[in-house]
Amino acid sequence: MSRVRVLVGTRKGAFVLESDGKRQQWDVSGPHFGGWEIYHLKGSLADPNRLYAAQSSSWFGQIIQRSEDGGKTWSPVGNKFAYDGVPGTHQWYDGTPHPWEFERVWHLEPSLTDPDTVYAGVEDAALFKTTDGGQNWHELSGLREHGTGSSWSPGAGGMCLHTIILDPSNDTRIFVAISAAGAFRSDDAGVSWMPINKGLRSEQLPDQDAEVGHCVHRIAMHPSRPQTLFMQKHWDVLRTDDAGDSWREISGNLPSDFGFPIDVHAHEPDTVYVIPIKSDSEHFVPDAKLRVYRSRGGGDEWEALTQGLPQSDCYVNVLRDAMAVDSLDSCGIYFGTTGGQVYASADAGDSWAPIVRDLPGVLSVEVQTLP
Amino acid sequence: MIRVVLPAHLRTLTRAGGEVSVEVEGRPTQRSVLDALEALYPVLRGTIRDHVTQKRRPFVRFFACERDLSHELPDAPLPDPVATGAEPLLVVGAMAGG
Repeated sequence: MSRVRVLVGTRKGAFVLESDGKRQQWDVSGPHFGGWEIYHLKGSLADPNRLYAAQSSSWFGQIIQRSEDGGKTWSPVGNKFAYDGVPGTHQWYDGTPHPWEFERVWHLEPSLTDPDTVYAGVEDAALFKTTDGGQNWHELSGLREHGTGSSWSPGAGGMCLHTIILDPSNDTRIFVAISAAGAFRSDDAGVSWMPINKGLRSEQLPDQDAEVGHCVHRIAMHPSRPQTLFMQKHWDVLRTDDAGDSWREISGNLPSDFGFPIDVHAHEPDTVYVIPIKSDSEHFVPDAKLRVYRSRGGGDEWEALTQGLPQSDCYVNVLRDAMAVDSLDSCGIYFGTTGGQVYASADAGDSWAPIVRDLPGVLSVEVQTLP
Repeated sequence: MIRVVLPAHLRTLTRAGGEVSVEVEGRPTQRSVLDALEALYPVLRGTIRDHVTQKRRPFVRFFACERDLSHELPDAPLPDPVATGAEPLLVVGAMAGG
C-alpha cells in the first residue's frame, strides 16, 4: 500500500509526519533542528529519500540540510549564497534604494529528474541553483539583472523569491514569483527572464497594472497542463492559460480574495484550493471560521469546505508555502496554520482532521506520495 | 590552545561539546581564532561571520574575561587569559528574544 510523508517546516524546527494510504494514523517525528526556523523542506521526485531543508536563524544565518533516508538523519551541506558581481540596489519600503543583501532561503525546489540539482529562492529576491547536492550554490543572475530588479520592493515578509515551478513538459521553462515584484518566466533554463504580469492589478501601486511590483503570494500548476497557472495575489485570485502571457481574475464568490496558498488537485487540473484570509492587515480567517475553498471549474465558482475544521473563534493564518496535495487515488490535501495545527483531508477536501494540533507556527507543508 | 565556548544552536551543528579548542599560530585574534574554528568545523562558516564580508553577524557577540569584545577590531589581540587558555572566548547569541 502507498504511504505519504508530510514535511512540515515551523518557526522552531522541522517535523516529519508519516502514514499509510488511509491517512488516519500518523507517526510524528521531530523537532529536527529544534529552535531554528525551517522555512521549507522538500523531497526529490527522482529519489524520495533525498530531502533538503532550509534552516535559518536571525542569529546564525542560513544552513542547508540534506537527508538521504527520508528525514531520519540529516547532514549540513553548503550555505554560501553569494550574489553574482556587484548586486546593486532594489527599492526599500520607503522607496529609497537599498543594497541587495542575502537574508535567508524561502523555498527549495529539487529538479524533477536529478536529486543533486536543486533551485533555491532567497530573500533578498534571487534564484540560486546547485548541481552537486547542495555543496555549492550559484546565482541564476539573469533574473535579478533582467532590467526591472532595481524597482522591486519587499512585501511585509521581506523581498522573497518564494515560488519556483519547473515545467514537466519543457525542461528549459521555469516560473518564479517574488513578493513584491511579480511573476517571471524563463524559457532557457534560467539564463534570461521576462515579467509575466499582464492582467494583474494592484491598488497599492501608482500604476495599478504595472509590469512589475505586484505582491504575488503563490502560484500553482497541474503537471498535466503546464500552460495553466493559478495565482493567489496579495488581493485577487487569478489564472493564466498561456503560461503567464495574460492573466484573468477568478476570485468569483470567495468571501475574501486575500490569502496566501493556492494548490491544484492531483488528478483534476481544474480543481483548485485556496484559503481566504480576511485582509492584508487582519491576517486571520474571515468570520473566525477556518474554511478551505474549492473550485471544480478552474475558478469563479467556489464552495466552502468546513467539515472537521473549526467554525468559531478561529484566528489563524495559513502561509503561502503551507498547503500541499498528495497523489493517491483519493487526493489528499494538507495545510498548516500559524497556530501550529496541520490538517489533512483524505477525500479531496470534503472532510478534514488534524494530524497534529500544537506544533510551533507552521511555515511550510510539503507531501510525498511513496510506494 | 584557545578555548572557545559555542552557543547551543551552534553546538547542534558541530555535534561537539559546548567548549572546543583550536590551535592558533602567533598571538591569537578574533580573526585567527574564528579562521581556525571554521577550519575545524566548516559547518560554522557563515553562522558567526558573514560569508562574503567576513563581518560578525549582528546578533552574535564575543565575550571574554567579563568583557564585551564584539566591537574590537578583528585583528586586535585577544586578552592574555584567552591566549594562555586560562579563560575561554565566548561566542554568544545576543539576548534578543525569539
